[in-house]
Amino acid sequence: MALRTTVAGISSPEALAEALRSAMYLADDGIATAGYLALALGKPLLLEGAPGVGKTEAAKALSGILGRQLIRLQCFEGIDAAAALYEWNYPRQMLAIRQAKEDQSIDIYRDDFLIERPMLTALRRPESTVLLIDEIDRSDHEFEAFLLEFLSDFSISIPERGTLRAAERPVVVLTSNRTRELHEALRRRCVYHYIAYPEPEREAQIIMMRSSAVAESTARAIVAAIGRLRQEPLAKPPGVAEAVDWAEAATALAQGGAPWPEAFRRALGAAIKDEEDMAHLRPRFASFIPGFAA
Amino acid sequence: MSDRLPGAVRPLVAFPTLLRQNGFAVAPEQTTSFLQAVDLLGPRSVEHLRKAAVATLAPHPEQRERFDALFDMHFLGALAEGGEEEWAPDEDVSVQEDSGTREVLIGEEVNESGRAATEAEALSARRLAEPDDTDTLRRFARDLPDALPRRRGYRRARSRRGATVDLAGSLRAAIRHDGEVMSLKRLRRTTRPRPLLLLIDVSGSMKERTDAHLALAHTIVHAAPRVEVFTLGTRLTRVTRALRRRNRHQALAEAAGLVADWDGGTRIGDALAAFLSVPRYATFVRGAVVVLLSDGLERGDPAALITAVHRLAARAHRIDWLSPLAGDPEFRPETQVLRAVRPYIDSLADGSTTARACRHILSIGRTRAA
Repeated sequence: MALRTTVAGISSPEALAEALRSAMYLADDGIATAGYLALALGKPLLLEGAPGVGKTEAAKALSGILGRQLIRLQCFEGIDAAAALYEWNYPRQMLAIRQAKEDQSIDIYRDDFLIERPMLTALRRPESTVLLIDEIDRSDHEFEAFLLEFLSDFSISIPERGTLRAAERPVVVLTSNRTRELHEALRRRCVYHYIAYPEPEREAQIIMMRSSAVAESTARAIVAAIGRLRQEPLAKPPGVAEAVDWAEAATALAQGGAPWPEAFRRALGAAIKDEEDMAHLRPRFASFIPGFAA
Repeated sequence: MSDRLPGAVRPLVAFPTLLRQNGFAVAPEQTTSFLQAVDLLGPRSVEHLRKAAVATLAPHPEQRERFDALFDMHFLGALAEGGEEEWAPDEDVSVQEDSGTREVLIGEEVNESGRAATEAEALSARRLAEPDDTDTLRRFARDLPDALPRRRGYRRARSRRGATVDLAGSLRAAIRHDGEVMSLKRLRRTTRPRPLLLLIDVSGSMKERTDAHLALAHTIVHAAPRVEVFTLGTRLTRVTRALRRRNRHQALAEAAGLVADWDGGTRIGDALAAFLSVPRYATFVRGAVVVLLSDGLERGDPAALITAVHRLAARAHRIDWLSPLAGDPEFRPETQVLRAVRPYIDSLADGSTTARACRHILSIGRTRAA
């Protein structure tokens, strides 16, 4: 198989990282490499990681730099082909049958009776879409098995119409929060990357990039505090998204006239969203909020 | 690719083989992807090779340390440590994944009795004897899938009476009658088995039962669709993946190697708290049937155990506590821990033999949750 080494002007992991940066996404080496390999090998990219580390953001940034439309398929328990792939427009089919004249035959499996769902859309227009299959771990085993066919040869069969094959391999990104383990057969069809929490330096940059109102010193203080919070036994450790929210909320309060330690404390609800966690942290505020006196 | 410099490619092809020998699941197509990836990235440095390997051979995050060790051994000729960690007894309950380690600090206050239990902690590797319950377990495995409690799922199946109309089915029926709708087909929501979470106490006081309990866990892992198994003692160890091996002997041997706190002290409360503070593990509890195999003889802080069970109960569908002591007709759940925990658990039953434990687990689906 001839390998494409350049996809959409991207010829190396470094080039991809650079492009992602311009799309406001700071990628580390690992994700840039995995992303580039997924594009070049024409394989789906499987991103795993704790909630809020930027898995979905990565897919959005990727579709942005490729100049393609992002089609998002949010998984849930019980998701099936009718929600993911296609569905017939039954009421319209029924009406068409009723309206047809006596001796007139009618094809009720025409395109205008077909409702496209995300996977079919991506398959029909692979050159202009990025398919994001979000939180695959929420779906059940039946759906995972169904995905295998789609992801290995990018073809699907509609019994009434025959097999549909993608003209080129579509760009597919799958994300998982690891609430359950994915089937090995699914993992091995993908290029894999586990997104860990970013190192402090990069997290501070992410905060400043995401929210221009946040000062560098605030971002650094937040990152240091978030790092300490992640060491605590919390039910919901704050992710990168929470760090950004906390920084923004604290900045907004400080601009409203609240002193800094107070602004950090009052905005904490943007990062910690569980009462048990909050109760655990309350006596420990001084240990992670800079300048906070109990 | 093989027509070009097969000699240079050979070590690359050998690496997935090495991984397989060390228990990693690597498919042939992943080897192909790996070679293509190396070709794409250009083997400019060993780090490029490593990145290509990580992206295409997809090690689980917990296996990463071992993966890197094998990589270094293979490509850098470093001495393999194989990811086997030295276990130094410490004051905190640590959490161990199937392959690789992860420490979770459970708070700075260590109570005195907890410290005493820690000092008594005896970390030892142990060979598991294959217990003689083969027949019981075989029958149990056959009956379990139908005996698990079920909950309403989100998939629908055809049914004569149902809440929603089956549009596709009705249309197909109508076509047979020239577009005349004679009757509407209906759908109802199907049920699916609840997940099962098995927490096995491996402390010294449970010594005689742990082998049988792990054999039971192995049977359950293979008979039921969604099962997670953890061992509790002075540490918390996830053994689910080890038990997924079909061969019971191999599976139990692998699990035995993972658990570092055989027959040690008893700090179930702290181990459970550590379990609940890992968000990924805590999600295993949601809506699950929790079966706790323990005698409830806690040497740590009883308050920690009580809080932990309370938190478990808030998330779980039901909690079944199987105690080997309950087999004794004289048994009264009068210890401080059991009395405090009693309101949160759905049943406290006899787990003194495998047959009795099996019988109770099979009966869970028949009793209605309190």
